[in-house]
Amino acid sequence: MSHADDHEGTRRDFLYYATAGAGAVTAGAAIWPLVNQMNPSADVQALSSIRVDVSGVSPGTQLTVKWRGKPVFIRRRTPDEIEAARAVDVNSLPDPEARNENVAAGAPATDANRSLAPEGAEGDAAEEWLVMMGVCTHLGCVPLGNASGDFGGWFCPCHGSHYDTAGRIRKGPAPRNLPVPVARFEGETEIVLG
Amino acid sequence: MAGIPHDHYEPKTGIEKWVHTRLPIVALVYDTIMIPTPKNLNWMWIWGIILTFCLALQIATGIVLVMHYTPHVDMAFASVEHIMRDVNGGHMLRYLHMNGASLFFFAVYLHIFRGLYYGSYKAPREITWIIGMLIYLLMMGTGFMGYVLPWGQMSFWGATVITGLFGAIPFIGEPIQTWLLGGPAVDNATLNRFFSLHYLLPFVIAGLVLVHIWAFHNTGNNNPTGVDVRRGSKEEAKKDTVPFWPYFVIKDLFALAVILAVFFAIVGFMPNYLGHPDNYIEANPLATPAHIVPEWYFLPFYAILRAFTADVWVVMFANWITGGIVDAKFFGVLAMFGAIIAMALTPWLDTSSVRSGRYRPMFKWWFALLCIDFIVLMWAGAMPAEPPYSTISLIGAAYWFGYFFVILPLLGVIEKPTTPPATIEEDFDAHYGKSTAAE
Amino acid sequence: MMKKLTLSALTALGLSAGAAMAAEGGHTHDVDFSFEGPFGSFDQMQLQRGLQVYTEVCSACHGLRYVPIRTLSDEGGPELPEDQVRAYAANLSEIMDPELDDFRARTPNDHFPMSSLENAPDLSLMAKARAGYHGPYGTGLSQLFNGIGGPEHIVSILTGYTGEEKEEAGTIYYENTAFAGGWIAMAPPLMGEDVEFADGHSNELHHEAEDVAAFLTWAAEPKMMARKQVGFTAVLFLVILSVLLYLTNKAIWAPIKKRAKEA
Repeated sequence: MSHADDHEGTRRDFLYYATAGAGAVTAGAAIWPLVNQMNPSADVQALSSIRVDVSGVSPGTQLTVKWRGKPVFIRRRTPDEIEAARAVDVNSLPDPEARNENVAAGAPATDANRSLAPEGAEGDAAEEWLVMMGVCTHLGCVPLGNASGDFGGWFCPCHGSHYDTAGRIRKGPAPRNLPVPVARFEGETEIVLG
Repeated sequence: MAGIPHDHYEPKTGIEKWVHTRLPIVALVYDTIMIPTPKNLNWMWIWGIILTFCLALQIATGIVLVMHYTPHVDMAFASVEHIMRDVNGGHMLRYLHMNGASLFFFAVYLHIFRGLYYGSYKAPREITWIIGMLIYLLMMGTGFMGYVLPWGQMSFWGATVITGLFGAIPFIGEPIQTWLLGGPAVDNATLNRFFSLHYLLPFVIAGLVLVHIWAFHNTGNNNPTGVDVRRGSKEEAKKDTVPFWPYFVIKDLFALAVILAVFFAIVGFMPNYLGHPDNYIEANPLATPAHIVPEWYFLPFYAILRAFTADVWVVMFANWITGGIVDAKFFGVLAMFGAIIAMALTPWLDTSSVRSGRYRPMFKWWFALLCIDFIVLMWAGAMPAEPPYSTISLIGAAYWFGYFFVILPLLGVIEKPTTPPATIEEDFDAHYGKSTAAE
Repeated sequence: MMKKLTLSALTALGLSAGAAMAAEGGHTHDVDFSFEGPFGSFDQMQLQRGLQVYTEVCSACHGLRYVPIRTLSDEGGPELPEDQVRAYAANLSEIMDPELDDFRARTPNDHFPMSSLENAPDLSLMAKARAGYHGPYGTGLSQLFNGIGGPEHIVSILTGYTGEEKEEAGTIYYENTAFAGGWIAMAPPLMGEDVEFADGHSNELHHEAEDVAAFLTWAAEPKMMARKQVGFTAVLFLVILSVLLYLTNKAIWAPIKKRAKEA
């Protein structure tokens, strides 16, 4: 075998590898769209963030909206409810964590850490709003609202879990406080979920 | 297994032997892709691989489209728009599927005409040919039902007109049509069953494709000379053939890449060129579009269907002799299916002693005329059913039947074929030995 | 022979595609749109102007039921800022919410309203549902080079009124040179200077018509840019792959062909 043959052989090998490589890339590029089409489509993605107009919610009333297929409770609390929630010793709670996606994980379940307010709100107004998922942390029922249960908050009729005016579990089988989803005020009267 | 003698898979290591005695799957794959293939195959032998690719493309894109499509008259059109607007890459998947059907039929026509020219249907490949024709019929059914699914105006009216063909059958036509539609007219029941069958049939096609391949792997490929591979010994066979892998796999993949480049140019830059604008209007049972035209790949047979009107003498004669049972409508339906059956019967209609058209001086001209006829019929099928187009369709249809039922049987008797080369090796050497450009 | 066959099959494809669209129809005149050709893209300002024409004129009767309002802020479209899209949605007619069992204001996640007039067709897909070019003689060559001509057809309809009217069975028809049959039931929607464009663009009749036609093309084919880009990448890559496969094919066949030459 001469050197020339050797050289030609290497060049041919390179060609074969290049072709095989390009073929593999093509096949990969063909498979990706077939996989990606199963990801949430644009209309579903658009619903991952919704806006709720809360201008019609007066103190002592609440609104239930559907978000990502689940109910979300939005309650504008009365000063009494806020006072009752503040008065509780966090360490005595069954679940002392805030369970609020808007504050650091593991933050204590104080009323301030559970509530939501428009920017610049002060005093009671700074803790007026409570936004949380309306799904009992026990087995997923939807708790009853409007100051029900032993603690003036929510009561789950399925297995008797009682939540207080800040949506924290106080009595019954549920293990955790009602979770607070990612939410923020935009202006004074609009809440953006997600 | 019969076939061309060649090296078979031999398990060597322990694990290979262990698998082989339990399931000889490696041997099956090896024998399939290492099959000795005539080395003189030309570029018309690429369409088989293209077609296999098309089937895979349609099944893959089809399955994912189904994940977003809703087969209901109220939601089908909107769900297609949902695919086009919201689903990730949905517009590409849909356009690929839509134009994939065109590529599929484009390739199948070239594949069929290749077979017709080189005599691939002749003994001993009749079963391969018949299965191929069955695949083609199923493709037409699948394509037709798929076109109904977007529930546009052409979907609806195409379905109405084509299922109306079955209503033309004497006596039992109307009950059959009602049974096909699931009601007195095309409606939700029709859409649902078409959806079900459109999903099912490609898998039946895939099964038939395996049988098709099995059949010609047993007889061996035909080739441009029509001369059989020498089978006396492995050495002799090796002079006429090369293994399918890598020689023809790479050649076919090259052809596939070129064709896909053109295909993607169409999908990317003019995806609606082969479609009909009316299908972007939602189906409306109360308003018929001005022109109902099937997709391009049905046009030649659509032209034959429409060619036989009541004032054509054959139709009048058929009408008289059957006492009015065969009317113009039914005659047209018979002619349309007859045109396809004529192709299926070719193995028994061709009487020539020579297989390949390359060595048949008269046949060449008649065959060229058949190709032109096919294109003329395609064109006439898209034009309005009025003079002069109806006359052109009639002449085209007459030639189609004349070719298969008169010319093919007669040519074998009156034509004096030239002498094909003695072996495939001789043909190959003559081709590449003479021309330096081939190097 | 076989090469001829392939060629003629290609011709046939073109022929029949052309013939399939050969509808009798009025005259369509050509318009140079920015989104034509393999590299053309939508002109964002033009789409915004077209949206304005649609909103202030067309939407009185016609709807865009398949177009989600949120797509107005999509990349490659009119690209309205999100707060403007929200305000735009809120200004549209209310929508029936089956969950509330009541009407509520539209949000960007809803679609545009449907046509409010029964015989006014929905415009979502109008730019794809009409063909401006056909033929000649059913060859399809016109569409091959000019495109199918939906947007051009819209422009031609909007600018094709002659001013003649006639009454038939209680309906007034208007003569239009672009409409198949010559008489259309739609009263001339644009006269020129119907809207004031914020960007100071001319609001002459043909400018307004072109702008709204461009907007309707986007509404019908919002993914056109993405599609062309995928098409371009795919073609480029397949050409490279073809060259590689051609060379590989030549290399593996070389010894076999060499043997034939020596034989």
